[in-house]
Amino acid sequence: MSSPVLEVRTLIKRFGDFTAVNGISFVLHPGEILGVLGPNGAGKTTTMHMLLGLITPTSGTISMFGMDLETHREAILQQVNFSSTYMSMPQSLTVEENLWVVARLYGLPDVQRKIDNIVSKLEMGEFRHKVARKLSSGQMTRLALAKAFLTEPKILFLDEPTASLDPDIAHKIRALLKDEQQASGLSVLYTSHNMREMEEMSDRIIFLQKGKLVAEGTAAQIVSRFGQTDLEDVFLKLARES
Amino acid sequence: MKLHRITAIVFRHLYLYRRSLPRIMEIFYWPFLDLVIWGFITLYLARYQTQVPGFVTFFLGALILWDILFRSQQGITISFLEELWSRNLMNLFASPLKPSEFLAATMIMSIFKVVCVSLVMGLCAWLFYDYSIFIIGLWLLPFVLNLVVTGWVIGVFTTSLIMRFGQEAEVLAWSMVFLFQPISCVFYPMDVLPVWLKPVAWVNPAAHVFEGMRGVLSHSGQPVEHLGWAVGLNLLFLAAMIAWFHRTFAYCRNQGLLVRVGE
Repeated sequence: MSSPVLEVRTLIKRFGDFTAVNGISFVLHPGEILGVLGPNGAGKTTTMHMLLGLITPTSGTISMFGMDLETHREAILQQVNFSSTYMSMPQSLTVEENLWVVARLYGLPDVQRKIDNIVSKLEMGEFRHKVARKLSSGQMTRLALAKAFLTEPKILFLDEPTASLDPDIAHKIRALLKDEQQASGLSVLYTSHNMREMEEMSDRIIFLQKGKLVAEGTAAQIVSRFGQTDLEDVFLKLARES
Repeated sequence: MKLHRITAIVFRHLYLYRRSLPRIMEIFYWPFLDLVIWGFITLYLARYQTQVPGFVTFFLGALILWDILFRSQQGITISFLEELWSRNLMNLFASPLKPSEFLAATMIMSIFKVVCVSLVMGLCAWLFYDYSIFIIGLWLLPFVLNLVVTGWVIGVFTTSLIMRFGQEAEVLAWSMVFLFQPISCVFYPMDVLPVWLKPVAWVNPAAHVFEGMRGVLSHSGQPVEHLGWAVGLNLLFLAAMIAWFHRTFAYCRNQGLLVRVGE
């Protein structure tokens, strides 16, 4: 297998006495979708924030495309993007204005064509001129996803990207992700509490519990390792232990 | 009307004061500043009543220049608050944007606001009071530039505090600059200040600009020395504040405050 696009080595994050992430290591390969599972407080979001350079690790290393995040932040973040159901975008700007700002921030060429393209893919045409504060939560999620896809990242971090979407749109988003994965070799780190979605989407899954990585493998391997019938049972078992 | 519902709301607001120093300070802050500012103005008028030439010229000029400093500071701080209110900081700082680029953008916004405010205030002063700010002459340009930079210094300082202490410190965006007003000697000369406060005013670049303005308007000499002090102090403080902003940014990243600052 080719060398990983993301490599995390013994990553630790402490806030005072509390250890949010406790020595996790994992890799993400080109074109791979890696699912990150874990109960609330397991360290998923803190890990994602460290991968985005928003939180400094206490120790350990994060490298992407062979470069260390701490010393090559600008070059790495140019090729990375993220989306979260819980994130927000400037509320007084229209969908299109928001996307223009993102495009400028990343210095994209041929902006209008790219915006038209993503607006069409995510079926945002009917609200592209609406201000963000007037969007429904599902439309806001699509805007957040559009922002992430617009910059044509090589790695995409998605934090529960389909949590507020209706099943039809959620299905289309998953299809789009798979298309991008196949067409451009997009690598994705994906968190979700929807176990079926996790099984459907992820090539591999890592399971975090109390800041530690407790399991890694395909969905089938993890289910078999914990002697459960499906991923949801594994989740319940580990969540109740923590 | 139900008393328990009214008291519930009263308690909801009182609870805010239990752990919020900025909110408690605000109760005492404005009355204190009003007393200090107007007290010094009263002293000035009482002491130099017969020697204050062109009263309107002094006060309107001072008012317009003070607003330039205020808007310059607001240009920096409000731009940051806009990102905080829309919970957009995460989007910005997870992009290739550098903190220094963010600061540069807020400085451009600050210049935009200063230009707009100057035009409106200059026009209103001319229409309502037949007053032209250009009476200050060519000195106006270095005065304004220095006040803009002083506004940046206070703006970057305030922004760092808001980034560090979060939304409860956002009241500083409007109040911090007024802490500098008494020692900026906007409406009265530095002579009016008590002896112990004069050295503090002397290291405030804005005080030198307003002293210089009064010097030009009263034809009592060229304000070269005051301008020199203002430029030197501004450059020193601006460099220090930018360094402090970067340090605060690193601290916030380390403590995970950057992702929580808007919550």
